[in-house]
Amino acid sequence: MNTAPVAQLAQALAAGRLSSVELTRGLLDRIAALGPALNAFLTLDRDGALAQAQAADQARAAGRAGPLTGIPIAHKDVLMTAGLRTTCGSRMLEDFVAPYSAFVVEQLARAGMVLVGKTNMDEFAMGSSNESSYFGPVRNPWNTEFVPGGSSGGSAAAVAARLIPAATGTDTGGSIRQPAALSGICGLKPTYGVCSRYGLIAFASSLDTPGVFAQTAEDCAHLLGAMAGHDPRDSTSLDRPAEDYTRDLARPLKGLRIGLPKEYFGDGTEAGVVGAIEAALDELRKLGATTIAVTLPNVDLSVPVYYVIAPAEASSNLSRFDGVRYGHRAEHYADLMDMYKKSRAEGFGAEVKRRILVGTYVLSHGYYDAYYLKAQQVRRLIADDFQRVYQQCDVIIGPTSPTTAFKLGDKTDDPVKMYLNDIFTIAGNLTGAPGVSIPCGFDHRGLPVGMQLQGNYFQEARILNVAHQFQQVTDWHARVPEAFKP
Amino acid sequence: MALSLDDIQRIAHLARIEITPAEAADVGRKLDGIFAMIGRMSAVDTTGIVPMSHAQDLSLPLREDRVSESDRHVDYQRVAPAVQDGLYLVPKVIE
Repeated sequence: MNTAPVAQLAQALAAGRLSSVELTRGLLDRIAALGPALNAFLTLDRDGALAQAQAADQARAAGRAGPLTGIPIAHKDVLMTAGLRTTCGSRMLEDFVAPYSAFVVEQLARAGMVLVGKTNMDEFAMGSSNESSYFGPVRNPWNTEFVPGGSSGGSAAAVAARLIPAATGTDTGGSIRQPAALSGICGLKPTYGVCSRYGLIAFASSLDTPGVFAQTAEDCAHLLGAMAGHDPRDSTSLDRPAEDYTRDLARPLKGLRIGLPKEYFGDGTEAGVVGAIEAALDELRKLGATTIAVTLPNVDLSVPVYYVIAPAEASSNLSRFDGVRYGHRAEHYADLMDMYKKSRAEGFGAEVKRRILVGTYVLSHGYYDAYYLKAQQVRRLIADDFQRVYQQCDVIIGPTSPTTAFKLGDKTDDPVKMYLNDIFTIAGNLTGAPGVSIPCGFDHRGLPVGMQLQGNYFQEARILNVAHQFQQVTDWHARVPEAFKP
Repeated sequence: MALSLDDIQRIAHLARIEITPAEAADVGRKLDGIFAMIGRMSAVDTTGIVPMSHAQDLSLPLREDRVSESDRHVDYQRVAPAVQDGLYLVPKVIE
């Protein structure tokens, strides 16, 4: 029972067949037994979780329970949690105890969810394999010699191994959707601005998007409803009427127009991935959807554009880590300048330093027009491509990632090779439109394949509708890695 | 474009990150690879294209100019490496 999706757990809690304390204790025991093999958690808060679970049971007894009350959740360690260590996967913040909580953390706590712990991640969310974490890599539950994807690898692996029914993530270039695909679960990146970034340790502010992992699209819809909302403390948080993201789940797919960009099915995409997506499209056609060939001529430029914009913003955001107000300070230094340089050299890992250097260079005197301005112009061309395509179709479908999971160490020495993992997800961050990755099959090695469903701005309910209808006639989302079967 | 070791040290100085001479060559090699990939962008004709700085075309929201936060400096300084009398301590800057 403890390993069921959120919606089923909520029913059991509401019917009194299960208490939040029983559920939370059961999962904490499961994490203690099975978690170490994956390295998915950086901090566990057993006592805090059990106290919250008890409070949730009391709220329910008093008739004050909502649909998510008493359900355990884990947060990616980039989201600040008041009183609980928040490391961002970095030596820089190894001992940092957050003085306040992120907006989405507060929202989910208000919904009565029980915070069990913090999940491992690529350092400062920079990575696609979870190998850049200062606290060691996360392993893929389907095969522990393989990566779970990144940067939200700990959250993805924990949900895939059924150690937790739901977990938050953040997506700057694919960091929710890509690990969801490589780990065989659902991962939702909402429209930029729907979830406040307050308390999310900033990487690239114009791209960073909080979102969620769960077993099903239905669960993602419930969780997004609880996370979303206007927050004046984030100037980019959108002030819109509250939405019920579950409202379209049951809508039939008859008449749905699916756009298939030819760029997503080219030579760079593994045959096993294409095969699984083609089979999934057949299922969707059986449900009444039609498919249309479309083209996104500038989408292959999204990786170069991203690697100007994201590092530029990162170099600015990460300048706050100076060894003065918080974070690591070097032990030995000659003067203030030397203290800055040594503290940052010791506190940041290789990939984070690399991106800060790239960003510093593209913003430096004489290079701004050639890099940053140019990237913003091409970003516009990419966004225009999508708007053109959405005049012909309702959703865009393709692989989330060109490959399934790869072995630990395979891409660590070649940053560009690593960056190309996100070739199908980055455009969603550049445009700011929503996307969800859902499992849709396995390759010849038994590794999961993820299918990405993208929609235009604020079309979360529609893409979740398509994902949910697919999950009504398939069981890929219900598969559990052998070693983690209940 | 290949970055020289001097370029690397200049960028590292601007970024306030110490890079040892032993590290510089490998850093340079990887940055060269990244800039070669980024360079693909330069072939695109972007004449007259309005730059897109953000996902949403929003005007910055304004709020009333009044105190909205409480004084929490003790909480915030608890996570600082060196603090005394409510002040952050750094190496002496002015002799």
